[in-house]
Amino acid sequence: MNIYVLLKKTFDTEEKIVVSDGRIEDDSAEYIINPYDEYAVEEAINQRDEHGGEVTVVTVGDEDSEKQLRTALAMGADKAVLIDTEDDLEEGDQYTTAEILAAYFEDKEADLILAGNVAIDEASGQVGPRLAEKLDIPFVTTIVDLSVDGETVYIEKDVEGDVEKVESTLPLLVTCQQGLNEPRYPSLPGIMKAKKKPLEELEIDDLDLDEDDLEPKTKTIDIFLPPEKEAGRILEGEVEDQVKELVSLLKDEAKVL
Amino acid sequence: MFDLTREQRMIQKMVREFAEEVIQPEAIMIDKEAKFPEHIFKQMGELGLMGIPFPEKYGGSDGDTISYAIAVEEIGRVCGSTGLSYAANVSLGASPIYYFGTEEQKETYLVPMAEGKALGSFGLTEPNAGSDAGGTRTKAVLDGDMYVINGEKCFITNASFAKTIIVTAVTGKDDKGKNIISALVVPTDTEGLTITSNYDKMGVRGSDTAEIVLENVRVPKENLLGDPQKGFKQFLYTLDGGRISIAALGVGIAQASLEKALAYAKERTQFGNSISKFQAIQFKLSDMAMEVELARNMLYKAAWLKDKEKPFTKEAAYAKLFATETAFRSANQAIQIHGGYGYMREYEVERYLRDAKLLEIGEGTSEVQRMVIARQLGC
Ligand SMILES: Cc1cc2nc3c(=O)[nH]c(=O)nc-3n(C[C@H](O)[C@H](O)[C@H](O)COP(=O)(O)OP(=O)(O)OC[C@H]3O[C@@H](n4cnc5c(N)ncnc54)[C@H](O)[C@@H]3O)c2cc1C
Ligand SMILES: Cc1cc2nc3c(=O)[nH]c(=O)nc-3n(C[C@H](O)[C@H](O)[C@H](O)COP(=O)(O)OP(=O)(O)OC[C@H]3O[C@@H](n4cnc5c(N)ncnc54)[C@H](O)[C@@H]3O)c2cc1C
Repeated sequence: MNIYVLLKKTFDTEEKIVVSDGRIEDDSAEYIINPYDEYAVEEAINQRDEHGGEVTVVTVGDEDSEKQLRTALAMGADKAVLIDTEDDLEEGDQYTTAEILAAYFEDKEADLILAGNVAIDEASGQVGPRLAEKLDIPFVTTIVDLSVDGETVYIEKDVEGDVEKVESTLPLLVTCQQGLNEPRYPSLPGIMKAKKKPLEELEIDDLDLDEDDLEPKTKTIDIFLPPEKEAGRILEGEVEDQVKELVSLLKDEAKVL
Repeated sequence: MFDLTREQRMIQKMVREFAEEVIQPEAIMIDKEAKFPEHIFKQMGELGLMGIPFPEKYGGSDGDTISYAIAVEEIGRVCGSTGLSYAANVSLGASPIYYFGTEEQKETYLVPMAEGKALGSFGLTEPNAGSDAGGTRTKAVLDGDMYVINGEKCFITNASFAKTIIVTAVTGKDDKGKNIISALVVPTDTEGLTITSNYDKMGVRGSDTAEIVLENVRVPKENLLGDPQKGFKQFLYTLDGGRISIAALGVGIAQASLEKALAYAKERTQFGNSISKFQAIQFKLSDMAMEVELARNMLYKAAWLKDKEKPFTKEAAYAKLFATETAFRSANQAIQIHGGYGYMREYEVERYLRDAKLLEIGEGTSEVQRMVIARQLGC
């Protein structure tokens, strides 16, 4: 099977993030593989091990994204593709990314494309479905189980905590949800072998794309951190007075009533 | 020079995640129950951690000494017991076979250890020969094609779980009448070998430590490791390498002490202020941070020299001595900064101190490191 994984480098939301002038400061952030994309990598490796074929990990990013690609290779992916847009594009959104990927996939014969359910930085969940639409193949989002039997694909999909069973056919794009699998640690031999695996670097030029084709469809107005969580308050006194105080606090202070 | 390679950074990240997710949750229990965490060693083996500094053809991962030191540091940062058993397995159990073994010995003994399928031990210390290894009394006498070994070893790490033990023994006398000491590979299922681990230890309680009695233990002549005349030199070289790993363990415990102390100091309020605002506390943290960094630099330098196949005896002694004493000081200060809480098991820093103490004793005491350095200085 010809398996592809869409992977994004994102900052680690468990580490400290510094925002200044409406931008996340690069130097202070820790970068990781988007955690949902890790499920996709793991699933791709498992499917390949079961059915044979090859796993190619594709990212649209910058020079530094190589680190995340090498990690996916260390986990067991076979090849990696880095589409570096740093020099060509000022900004981009999900539309931009999907257009670039669509151009990349134009001449590929992908049987299965796996992506994360969402990227934890922008959390739009759009790139996978948009790409499937452009490629005119079916897609299923938030999957928690996947088995392939010939051309038929059996899927369990998370719907707000319930499970929906779906049958589809190859070629197919799926987006991966927590619970699908337990991503492995890259092993030591895996890490050492990763440096010898092929990593192709492309620019939008190589895909016959022009900056103008990729203008984002959305505008980012501002980026800011959520307000700091304040300590809770414990009301005291008679229950009746407490209720009155609570209602007035909700009205006047929190302004939610 | 002052940057890790991409592979080294990947190894660091992977081992840190593994240590935090798999070992850390059990660290308090491992210490409290003094139980060797076999299941964790199995997983470490599967990840290829046991074979970092060995070539692929012997089941290893073709990594370097710096990568190995990084891995020991990361494991030691969450659990001294696991860190010690890991370091002893690679540096003392497996490395001598890689350095001095024949091709056949490597196939038989090194491959399963590098692949993480078997553990190994190194038995040098005896009840009456600790720092003075030259005083070894265990004897191996050739009888036809077999060596017959008699003697006693004490404080041997991992022996109860090991498949093989490398045992040092007197095999004869040289021209000057001095004892020749050699190393022999003894499979632990050999008849006449008794291994018991009844020590009730202060620290590294989850690391297995055993006493070994050898009574007419017979092993084939081929089990002698390396040059029969140079056994003593060989284990000095082995210990030089082992010291790098103990230094790494010291850096790990010191780093953990610093992190815990810093986090606690920022959180704890007394006299209306975070105690991290008091200069007395700040100076402790500054010293800890500086010493950890210096110890790590010395560790990397010693490992780098070894990788470059340059002499590293003195640097390994510097690293071991400074990093382990740093670990002890840092753990002690971490307890101090935690006040009464630091004295409690739950806060873990008291364990760091107990674990760190062993590092100033094992693989050559601090005094022995100073002797090694003095000898290197030409004294
Ligand atoms: C948990 C643990 C694990 C161990 N694992 C192993 C293992 O896997 N394999 C192994 O072979 N051994 C192992 N050991 C043994 C360890 O290496 C010895 O304990 C150590 O070398 C010290 O020897 P000793 O205990 O006999 O102390 P001694 O040598 O009796 O030393 C006592 C004190 O005298 C000092 N001293 C000795 N000689 C001199 C001198 N000439 N000048 C100044 N001071 C001196 C020492 O520094 C020390 O402070 C382990 C020990 C422990 C506690
Ligand atoms: C086994 C045990 C038995 C005990 N028995 C008793 C008992 O019988 N009765 C009782 O009342 N208490 C008892 N205690 C409590 C003990 O007295 C306190 O733990 C001790 O006073 C320290 O307080 P703390 O733990 O809150 O640490 P903290 O006061 O939080 O101190 C934390 C660290 O900050 C430092 N620090 C605090 N303020 C400053 C400052 N202004 N400038 C510089 N450094 C500062 C401290 O020196 C310490 O290093 C006991 C504690 C233990 C562990």
